[in-house]
Amino acid sequence: MKPIWICLTLAVALLLPELPGRAQGLNFPGPTVENIKKRGMLVCGVDTGVPGFATQDNAGKWKGLDISYCRAIAAALNTDPDKIRYVPTTAAARFTILQSGEIDVLIRDSTLTFTRNNQLGLEEIAVNFYAGEGFLVNKKLGVSKITELNGATICVITGATLELNIADFARSNGTKIGTLLFDKPEEAVQAMEAGRCDGYTDDTGSLAGMRSTLKNPDEWIVLEGVISKEPMGLHARAGDPAWNRILFWIHNALLTAEEFGVTKANADQLKASSNDPFVRRLLGTEGGFGKLLGLDDEWALRAIKVSGNYGEIYDEYWGPKGLNLPRGLNSLWTKGGLQYSLPFR
Amino acid sequence: MTARPGWSLSRPARAWLWQIVAVAGLAALVLWLGHNARVNMAQRNITFGFDFLLHPAGFDIPFHLLSWQLTDTYGRALLVCSLNTVLCASMSIVLASALGLLIALMRLSGNPLAAGTARAVMEVVRNTPQLMQIFFIYVAVLQSLPPPRQSIVFGWGFFLNVRGLLIPSPDIDLRMLLLGCVVLGLAIAGWIARPPGSIVGVIVGPLLLLAWAVAAAFSATWDLPAMHGFNFTGGLRIPPELLALWLGISIYTSAFISEIIRAAILGISYGQTEASLSLGLSRGLTMYLVILPQALRTLIPPLTSQYLNIIKSTTLGAAIAYPEILQIFGRTVLNQSGRAVEVMTLLIAVFLTVNLLVSAAMNRWNRRLMAQGR
Repeated sequence: MKPIWICLTLAVALLLPELPGRAQGLNFPGPTVENIKKRGMLVCGVDTGVPGFATQDNAGKWKGLDISYCRAIAAALNTDPDKIRYVPTTAAARFTILQSGEIDVLIRDSTLTFTRNNQLGLEEIAVNFYAGEGFLVNKKLGVSKITELNGATICVITGATLELNIADFARSNGTKIGTLLFDKPEEAVQAMEAGRCDGYTDDTGSLAGMRSTLKNPDEWIVLEGVISKEPMGLHARAGDPAWNRILFWIHNALLTAEEFGVTKANADQLKASSNDPFVRRLLGTEGGFGKLLGLDDEWALRAIKVSGNYGEIYDEYWGPKGLNLPRGLNSLWTKGGLQYSLPFR
Repeated sequence: MTARPGWSLSRPARAWLWQIVAVAGLAALVLWLGHNARVNMAQRNITFGFDFLLHPAGFDIPFHLLSWQLTDTYGRALLVCSLNTVLCASMSIVLASALGLLIALMRLSGNPLAAGTARAVMEVVRNTPQLMQIFFIYVAVLQSLPPPRQSIVFGWGFFLNVRGLLIPSPDIDLRMLLLGCVVLGLAIAGWIARPPGSIVGVIVGPLLLLAWAVAAAFSATWDLPAMHGFNFTGGLRIPPELLALWLGISIYTSAFISEIIRAAILGISYGQTEASLSLGLSRGLTMYLVILPQALRTLIPPLTSQYLNIIKSTTLGAAIAYPEILQIFGRTVLNQSGRAVEVMTLLIAVFLTVNLLVSAAMNRWNRRLMAQGR
């Protein structure tokens, strides 16, 4: 071998560790992604069944906002979005299942809180649905505001902080609201429909979903106002920062897509024709942003093509054709909401 | 007896040795589990202690015998929901025994209609799951009742609706209550001191109590339930959850109790019945004076385990929103305080205490009957 070849080989060997990932001291794309690739599928922890977030249709196909997020993630990782394994989790077991490594990510209308972050040691990635604890009551009660519920009995499910929220609200407002505790939402709603209690409580998103499953949805209303903040979103295990970044930026990609008008239908075309630098970076025409995440450049393009942008996902399940819940806090920041993507630059 | 090779220990000594080995093994297992728990908890920075019982609970308990406020402590919550458990258990023990005796007597009556009905009821009840029966009573029967505004009115302040059974609550004054205690004491003393086989001795006590109840009912001021806002106010409200759990447990257990009673009665040789009838005793008196006292001896041990089962079954109330100890303490308090090990330890302690007390009382009764001898 000529000396020049030896020099070149040495130079390449020395440069190799200086590839982008290593340069930042991170082991890309991280153990979680490596596991997913090896397995060939994403394992997504979801709800056992709440319309709008995650439900199965007659054919056993999963649908909902949280499911669209799972599909977007699978597509971004270049795995088959139709081959995701969904693990339905109950309120009581969800975090244990995530900690034990049975699922890769938990997207299950779960509230992001201080104790879940610090006591349970979970990473709180992003809020994909802003809600609050609200009330579903019968129209016949003639009640329009939560403060008028004095003396009412409300059916509640245990395992969350719903009853404590009610008690706190009652204490601070000097009202008396009785609670009746059930294990499962179906039993609680059944008791409410029978008239055993005056209403049912949950986060406003789930309430709109539950209302759609009642025998006569028109007899029931979701009261105006909330008694708590319930920012719901993605949870991941601690210890794999690369995976957390991927999840965080997929959420931001879906928001940016809506902000700049990139949709399921026009994404391919915009990739070729758009002059907007943010769109070009998002869709991988320039900037090489995918590689910085340990993925390829079309990660966001694939995610958008599979699930649509955030607005499309919301409209599909919560819009006028779906559960018809006004977007409110879930509107983009440009329209007075809280959904705000960090800039792609 | 020649000593076996290799076994120089006598029989009792060997028995002792094995017992010691077994106890030591058990102690080692408990210690190992405890150590494991301690190490794991230390790793997760979880502390162990019962100080949380003094923290304010902040949640509502929908049905309580003692007073309950949102600001009361977890410790009081434990007391309040334990009492709910004990209330349902004692109501169920009384009703299950009565129903069990009724079904057993119907089956033994010799009347084909009564025997057939009793047998059918028993087979259906005994061969379907208990939780399903409780759900059936709660969902299919009690939840199909009308809403409060269209309550079924029984008159005299009795109402039945989907929110429960409303009854007038008496406000009895202190002197009347004291008199009641005296009457109860007299009745119990009369029961214990009654001559064997005396019917009068059996009837006098209940008659005294009945007389007191009538007097108390007339002297008391009655608080009648009335519709007010969303709900009825005033009176006593028996929630449908308690009714469903009470009926569900009682009916289910009565099927087993009826078989125990039947077996005990059939275990007394038929010659005794014939002898008693030939002495001129009626069928009822034969049952009461001759058969039942003897049947009780074989009856009590299996009956005790049914009673203990009833106490444990009250935890099924958690499925139908009855605020018993598992639901309030084992779920809500555990969820809010995060003290899983302490909460579970207390739960076990409460059930052990109640069950061992009942067991001890039943065993005492059993020994007393045995001591009378034949």
